[in-house]
Amino acid sequence: MAIDKVWVLAEEADGAPTPVTLELLTEARAVASTVEVVAWGPDVAGLAGPLGDYGATTVYDVGDLDGALPGVPVAGAVATLIESGNAPDAILLPATYEGRDVAGRLSAKLDRPVLTNVTGLVESDGGLASQHPVFGGSHIVTARFTGTGPAIFVIRAKSFAAEPAGGGAASVVPASVPELASTNTAKVVERHVEERSGPKLDEAAVVVSGGRGLGEASNYALIEELAKLLHGAAGASRAIVDAGWVPYSHQVGQTGKTVKPTVYVACGISGATQHLVGMKGSKNIVAINKDSEAPIFSVADLGIVGDVHKVLPALIEALKAKA
Amino acid sequence: MNVVVCVKQIPDPAVPGTLNPDTKTLDRSGKLIMDDSDNYGVEMALQLAGGDGDEVTLVSMAPGGETSGLRTGLAMGAARAILVSDDALAGSDALGTAKVLAAAIGRANPDLVVMATESTDGYTGTLPVQVAELMGLPSVTFAKAISVDGGNLKVERQTESGYDEVVCPMPAVVTVTAGVVEPRYPSFKGIMAAKSKPVDNLTVADLGLDASQVGAAGARQEITDVSAAEERTSGEIVVDEGDGAQRVVAFLEQLKVV
Repeated sequence: MAIDKVWVLAEEADGAPTPVTLELLTEARAVASTVEVVAWGPDVAGLAGPLGDYGATTVYDVGDLDGALPGVPVAGAVATLIESGNAPDAILLPATYEGRDVAGRLSAKLDRPVLTNVTGLVESDGGLASQHPVFGGSHIVTARFTGTGPAIFVIRAKSFAAEPAGGGAASVVPASVPELASTNTAKVVERHVEERSGPKLDEAAVVVSGGRGLGEASNYALIEELAKLLHGAAGASRAIVDAGWVPYSHQVGQTGKTVKPTVYVACGISGATQHLVGMKGSKNIVAINKDSEAPIFSVADLGIVGDVHKVLPALIEALKAKA
Repeated sequence: MNVVVCVKQIPDPAVPGTLNPDTKTLDRSGKLIMDDSDNYGVEMALQLAGGDGDEVTLVSMAPGGETSGLRTGLAMGAARAILVSDDALAGSDALGTAKVLAAAIGRANPDLVVMATESTDGYTGTLPVQVAELMGLPSVTFAKAISVDGGNLKVERQTESGYDEVVCPMPAVVTVTAGVVEPRYPSFKGIMAAKSKPVDNLTVADLGLDASQVGAAGARQEITDVSAAEERTSGEIVVDEGDGAQRVVAFLEQLKVV
C-alpha cells in the first residue's frame, strides 16, 4: 500500500452514495490500508451499509446542515477532525459542485494546497502522486505535494471503475461542525428539480452533443430529438454554452462533465482540446462536421464529413422509420 | 456598492500551449489576453453595479505588469483596476495566488466579489473559495443568476438536478458560469476611455505578504513528470454523399444501440 489512511468525501443522491463516491472508494482501497468517509445529510447512518460494501470502515457523520451550502460546514468539520490528531495521509474529493467547495475551503483552512482535475493516482516515494490530463488529454502531467499535512486531491468522475469489496457496514462516528461565524451564512431557501426525460448526461449509454456548427440556438432541438430517439442524453460544447444557447449543465469537456458512454455522437463540434478531454474516453465516437480537417475526426471511429443541417434531419427520419 | 471582479490574463487559448521544460509549468511568456470566462463576471458586475455611486474594480495578478487583458474589462465599463505583478509570484500554486488576490481584493473594500468558476488555462476551480475562506466571507459557486436585495444576494445556484435558490448576506464571493449573461462588446468610446482609467500596480511587499509564502517559494506541489498520453486512433472518415445518415444508422446497428 502506498499510504496508510485515506478519507473520501461521500455524496448522496436519492438515498444512496453517488457513482463517483463509489469510484473514489474503490481507488482509495487500492492505495491505502484504511479507508474512511466523511459524509453529511439527514441520514448518513443509512449510507453505512453501501459505504462499507465499498471498503469504508468508518463514516464521520457531519449531520444535517439545515440548508447551509456544504462547503463551509463540511470543511470545518473535517479540519476539526484533523486538528484532533486524526489526520489521514490523503483526502479524495469528487470534482462536483460541493466537492470543489469543500476542497477549496479545506485547503485555505489547513494552509495546504490542493491538486484538482485528477484522473489517476500512482505511488511515488512512499506517498501518492496524481495524474492530470493536459492539452486536451494529449499529455499526462504527474504531480505531488511537498511539505507536511494531508494531500488534498479533487478527482474527476469516471476516472476509476467502481467495484464493491463486500465489507460490512461502516461504523458511524459523529463529527461536529465548529463555530464558523460569517463564512457559513449562505443558505438554500428553495430547491428546484428540473424535469429530465432521459438518463443523466454522465450516466447515459448514448450521448449526442451539439456545437457551434449547428448555426443557431434553435437547431439544438435536433440534438435533443436525436438523443431521445437513442434513449440518450443531450450534451454541448463549451462554445454554445458560452453563447447562452444551452445551460452549463449540458457542457461536456474540461470545464464541464466527463462522459464515457458506449456511443458519443458529436454534431457540428470541431473538437477543441477543451472538448476532447471530456469525451475521448467514450467507447465509440461518431462525428459529423463539414470541415474535414476538424480535430474531432482524429478521435472518431466513424466520421461523416458533411453538413449537420442535412445529416441530422436525415438521421432522425431514418431512426423514426425504424422505430 | 463596490463590486470586485477577478480577471485572469492568460495566453491565447486558440494558440497551442507549451510547457516550460525546466519547471513543467505552462509557458506564459507570450501575449496575454483576458480569459473569455471572465467576460461573464465583468458583465454581471456591471449589471449589478449600475446605480449612482456603484463601482466595479478589476483585480488581476499577472507577470511583467501586463495590463492588456485588464484594458478589455475597463473598456467594457469597469472603473479601475488593481494589478499585482512581482517576479516573486512566478510559479505560484492556486493557494498562493488566492493569498495574493485576497490581499489585493481587500484594498477595494468590496460588497461583492465576482469570479469565473474556473480559468480556461489552469482550471483548478478552487481559487474563488480559497479567496473567500482567506477573507472570512461566505461564497456561492456556480451561480446562473444573481440579484441584490438590500444587504443580501439572491443567487440561483446550479445543482446536479436543477438549481437552488440561495440567500447570502454581503459581502460575499460569487462565481458565475459562462453563458449566464451576454457580455457587452466594448464600444469605441469605451476602448478610448479605458486607456486613461487608473490601474494600481502593487507588489508582494505592498500587500504586506511574505515572499516565502507565494510564488515558487511558497508552492507546496511540484510536477514530477509529463508524458504523452495513449493516442486514440481514428476510424473510417467518409464524405457525405447523401448516405451519411445511413452510415451512422449502420454503425449504431452494429453496436446494437438501435
